[in-house]
Amino acid sequence: MNEAEIIVDDKVPVLRIIREFDAAPAKVFRAHVEPELFARWNWDDGYSVRFDHFDCRTGGSYRITMSGPEMEGSVHGSFHDVIRNELIVQTFSPDAAPDLVVLEKHRFEDLGSGRTRLTAQSLVESFEYRDAFIDAGLLEGYARLDQLLKDL
Amino acid sequence: MTATDQLSQVFSALADPTRRDMVARLTLADSTVNELAEPYDVSVQAVSKHLRVLERAGLVSRRREAQRRPVHLEAEVFDLMTTWIERYRRQAEKRYRRLDALLAELPDETEGDAK
Repeated sequence: MNEAEIIVDDKVPVLRIIREFDAAPAKVFRAHVEPELFARWNWDDGYSVRFDHFDCRTGGSYRITMSGPEMEGSVHGSFHDVIRNELIVQTFSPDAAPDLVVLEKHRFEDLGSGRTRLTAQSLVESFEYRDAFIDAGLLEGYARLDQLLKDL
Repeated sequence: MTATDQLSQVFSALADPTRRDMVARLTLADSTVNELAEPYDVSVQAVSKHLRVLERAGLVSRRREAQRRPVHLEAEVFDLMTTWIERYRRQAEKRYRRLDALLAELPDETEGDAK
């Protein structure tokens, strides 16, 4: 069973998610670079997502406006390097906080037999920002955390 | 203090290499301030300052009753961090399960075209 693994580095503010897929790198890569495919899996139900532009190639850029239960607003970014079926290096910022820049690397590794290992690495500029970054990814309530804190 | 505030404090407390090292040593046993200060080329005062940051983040506590006032690591805070990270992981996993479904739908022939 493919299951996401997360690595939170304690020396640099990096988050790494590693996940394997029962599909060849070309397919997994396509699902990241074609906006209509990307939109079909990257957001939870209840989100409306608009791609103002999305030009996934070396030197390209994008701007996405999303609206949903936990997140509202636009993000924009630049694709620094895109190597077909292998690598996407990009930066992104929320429009509302242009100084909060995240450097992301997606590496697509061919495992053979139609399988791919994806490593998605995010580097933020401080440990505090990483905290906020993880927090922004939490789309569920804080109920369990609140309970834990009460028990502390 | 909200969960997010506490986690911010935990992360900024652990952003410092000396404090991370102190926490690592406290996982082995409770220690006094003097014992903690020993391996570092810094004053006991500087170590006390680091300890106050760790204390504010809820990572360590110091028993008032004991004469030596040993520093104790609060392991529950790490459980909180683990839980929090696990939630992020599960969120990513949820997205990637949707990607699994999409990949299963994509015809293989377009793969060849893409190459």
